[in-house]
Amino acid sequence: MAEVTYLEAIRQGIWEEMERDASVFCIGEDIGVYGGAFKITKGMLQRFGEQRIVDTPISESAIVGAAIGASFAGMRPVAEMQFSDFITCAFDQIVNFAAKTRYRWNAPAPLVVRAPSGGGIHGGPYHSQNPEAWFVKTPGLKVVEPATAYDAKGLMKSAIRDNDPVIFFEHKKLYRAVKGEVPASDYTVPLGKARLHREGKHIAVITYGAMVHVASEAATVLEREGVSLEILDLRTLLPLDEEAILASVKKCSRALVLHEDTLTGGIGGEISARISEKAFEWLDAPVVRLAAPDTPVPFAPPLEQAFLPDANKVIEKARWLAAY
Amino acid sequence: MAAVKPVGPLLVEHAGASRATAAETDAVEGLSPEEIALRGHYYMALQREVEDRIERKLYRQGKILGGVYVGRGQEAICVGAGLAAEEEDWLYPCHRDLGLYLVRGVTPREIFAQYMGRVGGLTRGREGNMHMGDLKRRIVAIISAMAASVPVAAGTAMALKFQGSRQIVFNIFGDGATSRGDWHEGINLASVQKAPVVFICNNNQYAYSTPLEKQMACEHVADRAPGYGMPGEIVDGNDVFAVYNAVQRAAGRARAGQGPSLIECKTFRMTGHSAHDGGDYVPEHLWREWAEKCPIQRVERTLLECGWASREELDATHARIRREADEAIAWAENSPYPDPSTLTHDVYEGSR
Repeated sequence: MAEVTYLEAIRQGIWEEMERDASVFCIGEDIGVYGGAFKITKGMLQRFGEQRIVDTPISESAIVGAAIGASFAGMRPVAEMQFSDFITCAFDQIVNFAAKTRYRWNAPAPLVVRAPSGGGIHGGPYHSQNPEAWFVKTPGLKVVEPATAYDAKGLMKSAIRDNDPVIFFEHKKLYRAVKGEVPASDYTVPLGKARLHREGKHIAVITYGAMVHVASEAATVLEREGVSLEILDLRTLLPLDEEAILASVKKCSRALVLHEDTLTGGIGGEISARISEKAFEWLDAPVVRLAAPDTPVPFAPPLEQAFLPDANKVIEKARWLAAY
Repeated sequence: MAAVKPVGPLLVEHAGASRATAAETDAVEGLSPEEIALRGHYYMALQREVEDRIERKLYRQGKILGGVYVGRGQEAICVGAGLAAEEEDWLYPCHRDLGLYLVRGVTPREIFAQYMGRVGGLTRGREGNMHMGDLKRRIVAIISAMAASVPVAAGTAMALKFQGSRQIVFNIFGDGATSRGDWHEGINLASVQKAPVVFICNNNQYAYSTPLEKQMACEHVADRAPGYGMPGEIVDGNDVFAVYNAVQRAAGRARAGQGPSLIECKTFRMTGHSAHDGGDYVPEHLWREWAEKCPIQRVERTLLECGWASREELDATHARIRREADEAIAWAENSPYPDPSTLTHDVYEGSR
């Protein structure tokens, strides 16, 4: 198996699906000649032509709207938001049109909205956000965020083949920082299933995206102190793999819910509530959340560093939990 | 189309917008004037009757709950467009375009059941009023946010072009919708992509209670067309011939790969915004003036003057429509409400 970056894995996932199925096409800003702001669609224009790699005006709402309309006519669109921060411009099309169309009038909208998200790249307030929670509370959508190259490709293929609208968050910090072995043969990773990233005994860390790697870093340090972290990578945020969450919590009896999105209204609240409702008897300590503080994402490096959850913050919370 | 007997101003071409050439106008093919008149009359009268029953009877009797939005006075627009559409074309109606559904073959039974929230309605009780669509019939349901359908219609048209289909898309919206950003984004994308879509504005002069002069600072919606690099045309929206002809020309351009067109149909909403709104803000003289321009009465005059129908035949048509409505209401009232146990079904594929 070849080792590729998270970015290359996503690119391969889309490319292979376009080779496999002529109804798959990409639509977005600067994705053709330029190959996309992050080069996810590099080379695709030459291979698939401008009718399947559609460069659009700066019109996020029309990109998603057109994707919905094309999906009604039998296509499988992959729509790109250049940065997930701009997904707000397409909010109505996603939450009011795409998410509800199957339920309302039995019209499936099989489409993928790709959304490069996350901080740590000095992007400031409008190139760093993690807006997944806005969509997690919208029935009818599926929300995905891979942490590894293997999952990035496998989940992308599943998302494209899925018959419901999928919001696919790609953490920008991971694009080139994370590499992994990816099979050359066709494979998929199922939506709605979490993955045990690291087995442990004492604290279940429930997380996803870039924070999986932050938790791993913390786990290595804590192991030397005799504190064993189990890391559950959710991979799909909607629908949540509740079974996997509860299994890890029941095993460890202590739970730390970790995300890069801001605290209030983040998905950590939902996960904590489900643990409290369904695993209360197994808990030896309160469920702890670690998330970014409730501020916009700041630009200056010391501010952004203070904003983002990191290994030291995880270690601090884990020590408190272990001592409880 | 020279044989069509003019009933009021047939076609008002707009000086500011690029326009269909005389050659294109002459090249319009399709239904004969007599067919337009007869079929147009039936569907407009059917829309009027079904909507009268909904707004003035069933709603007031408490048999229909929630919002009721009708197209009284502007039936010629959706019916004219519907007659111009081929069976396999895609339709994106707005909430006053019941006639478009009727022309496509949606039955009054399904429509009354839809309004009553019964399983026999197009959305099986999941949705109310004009929020209905049917993929098998290629009718796409609106959402409540105005103009949201415009980019979606553009996307369907882009897909049809990619697939090499002969089919095209018809997208109708009101003047109010043209103020939203989605309208701009969708129209612009469709034009850039030369997508085969006909954009049809029913300019009924009010967005809920807000008159045109508070909605836009240009005189006509069609004034905007040149800015998007597409033909814009203004027609008398209460004249089913004028609407049909303009839509046919635009459809011809779309099928020929020449991209989208914008047709503005001038009309008037002969009702409040919805059943609970009496429209007190509308100056009295406008009701009177536009009542004179009723599209159904106008086509009836043409039918009589041209000898395409007798008074007796028209009366028989109305009687038949009334019977259809009676029978459809009875059917809808017998259609059950959806079972609450199905509440969580179909949020996702296979979800129960």
